[in-house]
Amino acid sequence: MAVGPRVLEVVGVPGPGRLSRLREWWEQEHVFGYGLIVPAIVLLVTLVAFPFGMAIYFSLSDYWVGSPGGWVGLQNYRDILANETFRQTVQNSFVFTGIALSLKVVLGVWLAMLLSRNLRFKRLIRGVVLLPFVIPTALSTLAWLWMFDSLYSVVNWTAIHLHLISAPGPNWLGQSTYAMAAVIVVNVWRGLPFFAITVLAGLMAVPREFLEAAEVDGAGSWGRFWHVTLPLIKPVLAVVILFSTIFTFGDFNIVQVLTRGGPINTTHLFATLAYQVGLSGGNLGQGAAISLFIFPLLALVVFFQLRYVRKE
Amino acid sequence: MIGVRSRGARFRSNAFAYASLAPYVFFVLFPFYFMVVTSFKSNAELYNLKSIPFWIQSGAIMDHYALLFQKTDFITWMKNSLLVALVATSVSVVISILAGYSLARLRFRGAGSFGTAVFITYLVPPTLLFLPLSQVVVWLGLADSITSLMVTYPTFLVPFCTWLLMGYFRTIPREVEECALVDGATRMQTLRKVVLPMAVPGIICAVLFSFTLCWNEFTYALTFISQSAHKTAVVGVTSDLIRGDIYFWGSLMAGALIASIPIVIIYVLFLDYYVSGLTAGAVKG
Repeated sequence: MAVGPRVLEVVGVPGPGRLSRLREWWEQEHVFGYGLIVPAIVLLVTLVAFPFGMAIYFSLSDYWVGSPGGWVGLQNYRDILANETFRQTVQNSFVFTGIALSLKVVLGVWLAMLLSRNLRFKRLIRGVVLLPFVIPTALSTLAWLWMFDSLYSVVNWTAIHLHLISAPGPNWLGQSTYAMAAVIVVNVWRGLPFFAITVLAGLMAVPREFLEAAEVDGAGSWGRFWHVTLPLIKPVLAVVILFSTIFTFGDFNIVQVLTRGGPINTTHLFATLAYQVGLSGGNLGQGAAISLFIFPLLALVVFFQLRYVRKE
Repeated sequence: MIGVRSRGARFRSNAFAYASLAPYVFFVLFPFYFMVVTSFKSNAELYNLKSIPFWIQSGAIMDHYALLFQKTDFITWMKNSLLVALVATSVSVVISILAGYSLARLRFRGAGSFGTAVFITYLVPPTLLFLPLSQVVVWLGLADSITSLMVTYPTFLVPFCTWLLMGYFRTIPREVEECALVDGATRMQTLRKVVLPMAVPGIICAVLFSFTLCWNEFTYALTFISQSAHKTAVVGVTSDLIRGDIYFWGSLMAGALIASIPIVIIYVLFLDYYVSGLTAGAVKG
């Protein structure tokens, strides 16, 4: 609607100065539109796109903290792929993501179904359920670290006193299978609220009439869930699963606080291994190459999000 | 025809729901309860295998809190966290309001692709980029300072807030803006005086989430900072109270509790905004 100055010109009022011409230019929709996104673009280019390029460059060079090295081509990748610890990490990542994600999906839908009922203290219960998601993960993981302590574990104490296991009980963070179980439990504890609350929002949108009609037709509660509710919450569920896949796969906080990848690398994920090699070890080139292994999965998730989910 | 079912059946099914929720609520709350108990328990009792871990038998003590406040930089860490969260949040929300409005409302070439780019960066986990960013921070001369966090946190806050705010801006009727423009307001005035007041719930949501994400952030804060006096609360508590093989469990739990309190307060006050932001982020995506 930048007609003002032009109208004045036609009427014969002295021509607009440089300032008002600038203003007229700025008032154009596309100029204003580009103008407003400039700060965001500058930020994302300098601190996301550029570092991403650097990560690729690092991974192809012999770069150590404090000593920029030369180009080595794919040597870092070759070294990593031949490395036992890295192979273990790949396996860990898939086991961790696979189990944690399945548990979160199943329990999340179950929890959302329960929360969608018209219970007393509904608000209070929902508030409590979300708590692990909002509290700083690194700090709540400290509580778990203490609960899984090798000597004073409250988990073992309880199990022993209930005569479920014999003393001294498993060394949770010191034995590989138990350590992985512990890391998964904490991840599910923290991530489940996100699933439950988002799926709950999806459930709220399921029209009551559909369920009532199915009930009249004689469908049991399982049949109603499987044939009516589940297909209707599928889009929401798909988004949540995609989100959670990438963030579970790229997890750092829980493993770093709970096990630092141990015992003997059996709980390392890409992020913690990259931290250990790249920062503690100073080998930025290899560290960057390791963290870049998160990228293919990210690309896959982005592809599915853009292709299927956003279209709906 | 829910009424078809008898009251008895409904009562039984609700009782079933409570019975299934109870163990889960216990699972959720127990770690927090255990933090409280541990933080007030004497070392003699904490490290006595014969004592019952669930409650305090020999009297609550404040020693762990005293150690936290007197022997560590805890107060400085809390100040650092607050400062970083406030600066990074304000910068990010302003940038995101501008970008979100532009991408949601204005028609220009490439708006769609920029929107997609923002969405993709929103999905990038911070663990993908922390190594090169640690070098960028050194080049910018910000190594080992809280400024490094103020500069880098917007990289994940801006995509998130922009995405969140785009959803809110789209719900505002276009006519309102057009009226203002016809009445002679500039575009900036329209944004400030007409659009923003209508997007307040979305902006509150963006501020809350940004603040929480900053306060809780661990990867960058751990990576970029080594000096104790420059740490944030989350990193300070997790690193400085563990010395070699010695874990100061009482003080660790005390620190974890106090450093979580700001988030809990905000959360309790704005629960509904949290829920709406959480679901908007995923459902509208």
